[in-house]
Amino acid sequence: MRDLFIKHLTKEAHVDDDIMLIVGDLGYSVIEDYQLKNPKQFLNAGVAEQNMTGLAAGLASEGYKVFTYSIGNFNTFRCAEQIRNDIDYHKFNVTIVSVGGGLSYGSLGYSHHLIQDYALMRSLPNMTIYSPCCSNEVKLCLNEILATKSPSYLRLGKGNLSHSDNNLKKIDPNKFCLIQRSTIVNSKKCILITGNVLNDALKMKDLKKYNEYHILSVPIWGMKFKTSHSNEINKWDEIITLEDHLEDGGFGSYILECNLKNKSRTLINVKSLDPSVCGLVGDQETLKDHISFIN
Amino acid sequence: MKTYQSKYLAKEIKEHALKMVHESGSSHIGSCLSITDILAVLYNDILNIKSDNPNMPERDRFILSKGHACAALYATLALKKFFNVNKLSTFASFNSTLMSHASHKVPGVEFSTGSLGHGLPFGVGKALFAKMNNKKWNVFVLLSDGELNEGSNWESFMFASHHKLDNLNVIIDYNKLQSLTTTKKTLNLEPLKDKFESFGFFVTETDGHCHLSLKNCLAKKVKKNNQPRIIIAHTTKGKGIDFMENKVEWHYKSPNQNQLTEALNQVGNEL
Repeated sequence: MRDLFIKHLTKEAHVDDDIMLIVGDLGYSVIEDYQLKNPKQFLNAGVAEQNMTGLAAGLASEGYKVFTYSIGNFNTFRCAEQIRNDIDYHKFNVTIVSVGGGLSYGSLGYSHHLIQDYALMRSLPNMTIYSPCCSNEVKLCLNEILATKSPSYLRLGKGNLSHSDNNLKKIDPNKFCLIQRSTIVNSKKCILITGNVLNDALKMKDLKKYNEYHILSVPIWGMKFKTSHSNEINKWDEIITLEDHLEDGGFGSYILECNLKNKSRTLINVKSLDPSVCGLVGDQETLKDHISFIN
Repeated sequence: MKTYQSKYLAKEIKEHALKMVHESGSSHIGSCLSITDILAVLYNDILNIKSDNPNMPERDRFILSKGHACAALYATLALKKFFNVNKLSTFASFNSTLMSHASHKVPGVEFSTGSLGHGLPFGVGKALFAKMNNKKWNVFVLLSDGELNEGSNWESFMFASHHKLDNLNVIIDYNKLQSLTTTKKTLNLEPLKDKFESFGFFVTETDGHCHLSLKNCLAKKVKKNNQPRIIIAHTTKGKGIDFMENKVEWHYKSPNQNQLTEALNQVGNEL
């Protein structure tokens, strides 16, 4: 996903001088082409995420469309207050791009497991979370980010995307996106995903007990979409949410909160990472199997 | 004439700040009095700004990183006609834009602050933008000395020096007193000038209450050899009010009616 994102951003920056990519001394073998083609729109801020985020706000205050790029927790939790006060409160056009969503860097240990970030970003009133599940959504999310010009968080995971694209041309942030229909067309049950878990949802659907479930995604969400998403939830009898994040403060919790706004409640089941994964080491598939992520 | 004007402005800022803090029962009057002379000189003699066009593109950008001293900034802006002086009476009251930490919703305030260590990275971003786009305006960031405990500032110092941001002017309000005790007893900053010079800054020191010296130090024409610069302004917390000077308690206390009367009397006798 990160390569795809940088590829699209490279093209966009070529025709938009206001785009500025700032990396926190990360992106080896990923950002070189961008840097080569857009040298004046690239900056390595060094291993200093607080300054990177504050100066991103300063650049955005003068009209730049700024992207801060780093691994998972470094440009989120490390500089959480800069995101809260400097970017979100002022509604500056800064996108925090975190790579390594969920357990993408599973073998690198807890410091690199990005499994609490939704909880942080969800708490910010002006922040929109972009968590694409496939290559098409990566491109469409970038289009939305560039169009909306508001504080954004883009969470990118690592996964095999080649066979899993949806056919959307544009994402409506107020709607759920259909990824794969159930063979039972009239089924009112769905697996609702966000982020890097499409392959997991597809595996789930192969299990007999989930045959009748459609797969839908919510690539764009956050506090300001709660009302429209509660309306979307209302269309379903049963929803299973799936995310590579801890349950507390995560996507499933968000859907549960949205559901509380509806008079007739949809049955919601939350599938998320069990806290026992904290501290474990292994590639993301091994870790997910270990905690029986899908069952 | 100019010297007289900035001193007169400083006197009025003090009077308003004292009344605002008294009426609202809020804190940080000691911090306000520490920076009043700096603000008066900046807004009277240094900054290129227009009160009838606060967002003028070619304006100099001033960022108060020690946002708790905003009563002095609001008073300055009102006296320089960014908004009506009468509005100062709403300071820290319900639904007022004049909240008791610097708010960007107030005309003339570039950036909301309140948590320390945020103003400099933001100012560095603005200074970088100006350099990248050949803009002639300058960025001024006013930091407290206690604020230098925050690591984010030192990230910014490294960055500003590396990128030769000679349009960045950092003013340190060095009153040597922070939230609980002296800077020396908390986290000793000395040798402060040496630290900044080793980071690659052009450093000058001044009496932070001497208007003539402040004007000379803050002048934009000062040659800086492609370096960002730091002005260490030696100040006194609670300056000008004998029972407030160098007293930690006036970081928090609000003057009662008798104390306000006495403080205003002392300010009135300054000129």
